[in-house]
Amino acid sequence: MAKLTFKTDKCKGCGLCVDVCPKKVLTLATDKINAKGHHPVEAVNEEACIACAFCATMCPDCIIKVER
Amino acid sequence: MVVFEKPHALTDVPLHYCPGCTHGIVHRLVAEVIDELGIEGKTIGIAPVGCSVMAYNYFNCDMIEAAHGRAPAVATGVKRANPENIVFTYQGDGDLASIGMAETVHSAARNENITIIFINNAIYGMTGGQMAPTSLPGQITQTSPYGRDTNHCGFPIKVCEMLAQVDGAQYLERVAVNNVKNVKNAKKAIKKAFQNQVEGKGFSLVEVISTCPTNWGLTPKKALEWVDEKMIPYYPLGVYKDNTAEKEAE
Repeated sequence: MAKLTFKTDKCKGCGLCVDVCPKKVLTLATDKINAKGHHPVEAVNEEACIACAFCATMCPDCIIKVER
Repeated sequence: MVVFEKPHALTDVPLHYCPGCTHGIVHRLVAEVIDELGIEGKTIGIAPVGCSVMAYNYFNCDMIEAAHGRAPAVATGVKRANPENIVFTYQGDGDLASIGMAETVHSAARNENITIIFINNAIYGMTGGQMAPTSLPGQITQTSPYGRDTNHCGFPIKVCEMLAQVDGAQYLERVAVNNVKNVKNAKKAIKKAFQNQVEGKGFSLVEVISTCPTNWGLTPKKALEWVDEKMIPYYPLGVYKDNTAEKEAE
């Protein structure tokens, strides 16, 4: 079971992780705003995650930790 | 089991870059390589002037801030005074290919044993999106609102192709970070550039095709596509020079 951890305060909501995810696990939380004023990323169906770490590879701000 | 986490050589300071700017990815790749080679304690980085001017806040190794374009000159001094240290510069296209052109070419000609990470995003990012030496023909910027006209603005400078003519340069490769595959290849290139220095093989430069969503006027996703559509056809990826294999054979 894959586990995703986000440093939500550092997220800038660029969405690169959302676009690159092959399993459509991630989305930008349009109902939340972080300290920087962005809609941060969140996992909507974490059980589909295959821990490929593509999201973390493309994240410019290094906020994603992937565990398996 | 941890599949991916922040490398130790990267600090916890939040990056000041715009959302979707690939500077962050390249910072992380450099930090990962420093971790993997176990050289954090003896690495000295030289920060440039440009968007990455505050790179000294982001790397856990010692850092020096150089005057605009002079990072290779500072790196030369640091490396010659402390040959056991690993010295790298991290420069943008305005810094390396414009004001710092002389320092870049001459450090290559002298075959200084340093590593240069060169970020090419075809625009001056920090100052607000002016035309850079690497801006593409026809590219619209703040100072070329009708597109770069090569009749009076000249042509973009291809740094890897140019330095390949310099005998002193040992390893030159151009990579991109616009998709996962290219990021993996970029890491391999950066690792080789650092490994060359550890083994004393001489001047290594990795040119990374990067994005500037803010000044290109594109979303982060469209900016990555623009790299594929416009940047890579003009700046083909690949190894432009690699003398390091010959050195091993000798």
